[in-house]
Parts: sequence; C-alpha cells; structure tokens
Amino acid sequence: MHAALGSALLAFAAGTASASGTELLKNECSGCHDLTGPAPATLQELRERKGPDLFYAGNKYRQEWLENWLQEPTRIRPAGMFYGKLVVDGEDGIDAIDESGLIDHTALGEADAKAAAEALMTLRAGDDLVNPGEYKEGSIGLSMGELMFDKFRGCLACHQIEPEYGGLSGPEVYTAAKRLQADWMISYMRNPQAWDPRSFMPNRHLTDADLQKLVHYMRALAEEME
Amino acid sequence: MKTYAAMAVLLAASAAPALAEESGADLYQVYCTQCHGVHGNGMGINVHDMSVQPRDHTDASAMSARSDELLFKAIKEGGQSINKSVLMPPWDGVFSDDEIHRLVEHMRELCQCRHGTG
Repeated sequence: MHAALGSALLAFAAGTASASGTELLKNECSGCHDLTGPAPATLQELRERKGPDLFYAGNKYRQEWLENWLQEPTRIRPAGMFYGKLVVDGEDGIDAIDESGLIDHTALGEADAKAAAEALMTLRAGDDLVNPGEYKEGSIGLSMGELMFDKFRGCLACHQIEPEYGGLSGPEVYTAAKRLQADWMISYMRNPQAWDPRSFMPNRHLTDADLQKLVHYMRALAEEME
Repeated sequence: MKTYAAMAVLLAASAAPALAEESGADLYQVYCTQCHGVHGNGMGINVHDMSVQPRDHTDASAMSARSDELLFKAIKEGGQSINKSVLMPPWDGVFSDDEIHRLVEHMRELCQCRHGTG
C-alpha cells in the first residue's frame, strides 16, 4: 500500500517537474530553438535559425550534460549557428568571424536546468532514425583517430578537435561525446540530411566501421580534454 | 479501401518537407563559402588548419582548365573522385543535380571564364 502510494507520489512529482520544464522550454527557449519541427527546408530558414533544433533533443543529447551545460554554457559552435552571418574580411586575407556578433547562451539555475533537461529528453522526433545499441563500446588511439578524422575523411575541415585547432563552421567535436548520445552520433553522421535536410554537414557515405571508429575517437577526445 | 490508401500516400507525400529551388549564388554562399571564402578565392573561415588550400574559384586560368563536367563531379562526388583533396566532401546528399548545375554556372561567373578559354 505504502509502496503503491510512494510510486504514485513519485509519478506525480515527476509529472510536475516535467510540466514546469515544458513551460520553461516554451517560455525561455522557443524564441531561439525549434521545439516542434520540421527542420528548415529553405536556405532562408536555415540562415535565420538562431540555435540548434530541439525537437529531437531526447534522441540527441545526454541528459547529464544538458543539466550541467545549461548552468554553465560554453561555446560549441565557434562561428555561431550559421557562420555566414558573421563572416568579415580577415587581416591576413583569410575570412574571419566577427566574434562581437556571437551570442552567449543564457545560464539557468540548478532547478531550472534540471527541469529543462528532463523536459528536453521527452522531445523525441526521429525515433525511427536511431538504432538503440548500435554503437558498440570500443577504442581507437588518438593519433589513429585523428588520421581518420582529418586525412581519410576530411572532417577536420569544419570541426575543431581541440580548442583553436580545426575548422570553425561546424560544432567542435572535442566535447561531442559528452554532449551527444553515441547511437545518435552514428545516425547523424550516417545521414545528416535525414535529421536536417538543409544541414551544411554533407553525407560522407561513411561505412558502419567508420561510424563506430569516429565515435570511439570522439570519446577518446572527450577523455583527453578532462 | 484503395481510396484510403491513396489518400494516405498523398498525405504522406504532402507532409514531407519540400525543398525549395535555390539559386546557385545562394547555395554557394551558404555551403561553399565556409571553405572557398565569401569572395570565392579559397580563403574561407575554415582554412587555417587545412593541409590543402581550397580551390580559388576566381582563378580564371585554373578554372578554365576544368570542364563543367569535372566541376559537377567534384561537387557531387567529392574531391577524391577527381584525384583531389579529401577535404572537399561529396555533396550528393545535400544538392540535387539541378542545384549542382546551378553551382557550376555560378562558379563560371566567379571566374569569369569557360572551359578552354583561359
């Protein structure tokens, strides 16, 4: 009896937290993030997107990371959400990013971050694109991983593998394994356009073995950063 | 029953996001300038740590040495398909063939050149 009541109370408490988290997402986050989809279908929509789409957040992010990051947000995309908005002529002849135009993410208090992270995990568009358990634990040496990421597959062109090293237009990958679910990383790298039809990350036609190794590498990078 | 099935197919088709027709210049600005630069000169924001510099699309002598078919192939299948850098990815998952043709046209405007006229 007590156990049953306890479960009911727990369920009620969880429901309440989720409801307040959902309200928080609507009130505080929806101005910059799409909570319902679909992803941009035109270049105009792509240019205007202010923050990552969140309608598949529950498939994409690790809840623990969300909760921590929302309290102490750091920059993940060195050139902002769409690099094209902030490009200026650089002094060395190479295009540069006008960093004064970069917007810092709002920091939430602990309770709000927890509620928001819980609510985000319920946004699960794209369930059919993820194969739960597809990523198999494994490892790759950092130098072999880098060789693959840079020389064999060219990913370094757009992504940083450590602060200040790598391309600027994509999100950095040295914390990717902390941020993202491994099965989602595999799904996204396999076919970015299935998640985001106008994404400027191309489909590199990676093999299943490549996909596993790239996740191994990002896990190794994240460990290295600790 | 067949009518319902047909309606379901129609509904499914209309629910899929239709990708708008975009100009070659707009496509180039959004996707290509990250490496090839906003001026098309190969000096995009990503080049600092690249082992091979992206092609300068304003270089008429280099660009006129390449046929439209070769440029189309490089965009669609990536640099390696024409024995060039792996840093140029295949864009077939992003662009339709029509869009790639429009990009090639735009590149001809950037270089102010045609194949064999440099």
